[in-house]
Amino acid sequence: MIRRTGMVLIAVLMLINCGGGDSQPAKEVAPKLSPEGLTQDQLTNGVGPIGALTLGPLDDALATRGAEVFELKCVACHKVNERLVGPPLAGVTVKRSPAFIMNMILNPDEMVKKHPEVKAMLAEFYVPMTFQNVTEDDARAILEYLRTL
Amino acid sequence: MNKTMTRVVGVILVIATFLLISECAKQDKPLLGSGDAASAVYVAPGDYDEFYAFTSGGFSGQMGVYGLPSGRLFREIPVFSLDPENGYGFTEETKGMLQTTFGQIPWDDAHHPELSQTDGVTDGRWIFINANNTPRVARIDLKTFETVEIIEIPNSGGNHGSPFITQNTEYVVASTRFSVPIPQRDVSIDTYKENFDGTLTFIKVDPDDGAMNIAFQIIVPGYDYDLAHAGKGPSHGWAFFTCYNTEQANTLLEVNASKNDKDFIAAVNWKLAEKYLAEGKGKTRPGEHYSNRMSHSTHMSTSTLNKTVVTLDPADCPGLIYYMPTPKSPHGVDIDPSGEYIVGGGKLAAVVSVHSFSKMLKAIEDEKFIGEAGGIPVLDYDATIAGEVTNVGLGPLHTEFDGKGYAYTSAFITSEVVKWKLGTWEVVDRIPTYYSLGHLMIPGGDSRKPWGKYLVGLNKMTKDRYLSTGPELAHAAQLIDISGEKMKLLLDFPTVGEPHYAQGIPADLIHPHTTKIYELEHNEHPYRAITEKEARVERDGNEVHVYMTTIRTHFKPDNIEGIKLGDVVYFHVTNLEQDWDIPHGFAMQGARNSELLIMPGATNTLRWEPQKVGVFPFYCTDFCSALHQEMQGYVRVSPKGSKLPISFN
Repeated sequence: MIRRTGMVLIAVLMLINCGGGDSQPAKEVAPKLSPEGLTQDQLTNGVGPIGALTLGPLDDALATRGAEVFELKCVACHKVNERLVGPPLAGVTVKRSPAFIMNMILNPDEMVKKHPEVKAMLAEFYVPMTFQNVTEDDARAILEYLRTL
Repeated sequence: MNKTMTRVVGVILVIATFLLISECAKQDKPLLGSGDAASAVYVAPGDYDEFYAFTSGGFSGQMGVYGLPSGRLFREIPVFSLDPENGYGFTEETKGMLQTTFGQIPWDDAHHPELSQTDGVTDGRWIFINANNTPRVARIDLKTFETVEIIEIPNSGGNHGSPFITQNTEYVVASTRFSVPIPQRDVSIDTYKENFDGTLTFIKVDPDDGAMNIAFQIIVPGYDYDLAHAGKGPSHGWAFFTCYNTEQANTLLEVNASKNDKDFIAAVNWKLAEKYLAEGKGKTRPGEHYSNRMSHSTHMSTSTLNKTVVTLDPADCPGLIYYMPTPKSPHGVDIDPSGEYIVGGGKLAAVVSVHSFSKMLKAIEDEKFIGEAGGIPVLDYDATIAGEVTNVGLGPLHTEFDGKGYAYTSAFITSEVVKWKLGTWEVVDRIPTYYSLGHLMIPGGDSRKPWGKYLVGLNKMTKDRYLSTGPELAHAAQLIDISGEKMKLLLDFPTVGEPHYAQGIPADLIHPHTTKIYELEHNEHPYRAITEKEARVERDGNEVHVYMTTIRTHFKPDNIEGIKLGDVVYFHVTNLEQDWDIPHGFAMQGARNSELLIMPGATNTLRWEPQKVGVFPFYCTDFCSALHQEMQGYVRVSPKGSKLPISFN
């Protein structure tokens, strides 16, 4: 009896095809994901528009411009050597990859939601990193400035 | 397994099947009219409404923003009334918006929102609204949903017939309900017929930035001018104004202004007016009025007093204006999408009179006049009339159009919407409303392109529609499906204030273009502090200026000393946030005005006169973050004559 009901049901379910769903292409070999569903690259470089980035020698002019943007957009929450709203930033370029830092500036909402280390920081600092309407060029300049700290 | 188990499993499977089928059904939106009303107005959590509806606040003086079909209230935009919720009219920046020649007016009665149009189609740039009591017109920017301009209308006594626009927003028109002595002077009210005049005002709108300036006023006989609409398509270049009290009564108008069988719709050829102005026929007359504008970059209003207006006298300008007799004390005047039909709501006649624009032009050409009124030619009713809609209920007031050949008239006394066909004038459907229907609105329903899917009825009485709230009740709006042959009531929702008219527009003409923040780099407020380095306190005599910044989760400075009794303190607070939906509040104990609610990147100023010696806190009112309760500071107030210098951290 149960078996028969089950068979009928399966038949019914097969008939009810909601449609509209795109058929999935054959899956490629999935990259190994972290428990949060991030790739190794995302864990290193963050989630956002910036991919892995290799930096050349320090660009003084860019760093100077970065310091100006930092003064306008960042200092209300970040100091160099002590905690304010957010963490101190001295040594951040040693601790984090260049792309991670830029993604944190450009895409903080998603970083806070998805990246395990950033989630852990939220639990420590309580106030989420905010987007300050910084352009990609300006984020790059801020990164250069952070290298000088 | 026993039989019971079998049954249970069976039932579970049946339920699962049913749920799956339901899930599938959801993927197709229910067709209006075929599904039930609840699903037709249901907007799932996180989904968006299809239309914006902008309702006038009536005696609240503000404007409501709703979604259709859900009827959800999104926002109340402060326009003519103070709003302590965000400091509108209280802050140093916005005080000037309410400036008039009578002083700063904290309230008004706002009746008719009107969306800007391009080529007769609503374009989502601005929405205008009138102040009835102290005559003014406001313009709201639909990128920011903020009131950015208010212009006063001189020589007017009740700006009811306003602010209707021409098809490319060339002009906003404004007619005076109460005729008044022009210029105002000390005369006996009994000399109404000799000394009182009306005005029809044309406000020029700058096509780029929307700035309003009065182009001209036409001086007209002292009747009560009620409503207006501009022509479109073939009738573009003309504007139409209803009037009643052609009896020119000045007491007990309910009887004395209801004697004539017909009053008038005034037809004004404004393109000809432009020609007469160019020829120098305009007269510069006294007409003091304020123009108040909000700057996007400084976030401050500027008030300018204009001393004069240019007027046109119909006697000097043949062909400028004609009267079309229309029964009886007509209220609304509505132009169909084709621009050919001019529909007068009979109000005290059980008939809707439809004039034909082309017949009107022919009647003018053939000089089919039956006389003059105050020097203005009066056309023969039979020469302009295209048809009369009978059986429209009692008290027909306003008509909107669906773009599919039908018109919908509100009948106030019989509380109903009456649908009739353009051309044949036959009534095809009717539906009751609850209760006493005033205006009705179809998105785009007064433009060349109506979106004829929904109609909103805006009722004057509510009575038993909702849970009772004492003697005072919210007004009731009803959403009606007009997509099919028969109208269907879908939803009943309460509204703030007393909506008179409303306007609707597809959401995608506004929603994607909204301003999310003000960019700090472009903040040109003279008292801005766009970095914490610029935060400071400066004394100038007994004035103290606090250049304060705010960001999650602190103010800078947060402790201020050296303030004395007798000082006037200005807190200029700049919100350093650059992210959407992160306003900060600022509230100062004992402030006699309001709080500040500062949008990201903006600077707002609160004036505070300390009343007591002591140490008084200020704090952020808008719950901004987990450390919101930590966002606070103190001001130390010393006695008058104290030598304590200004200090802050």
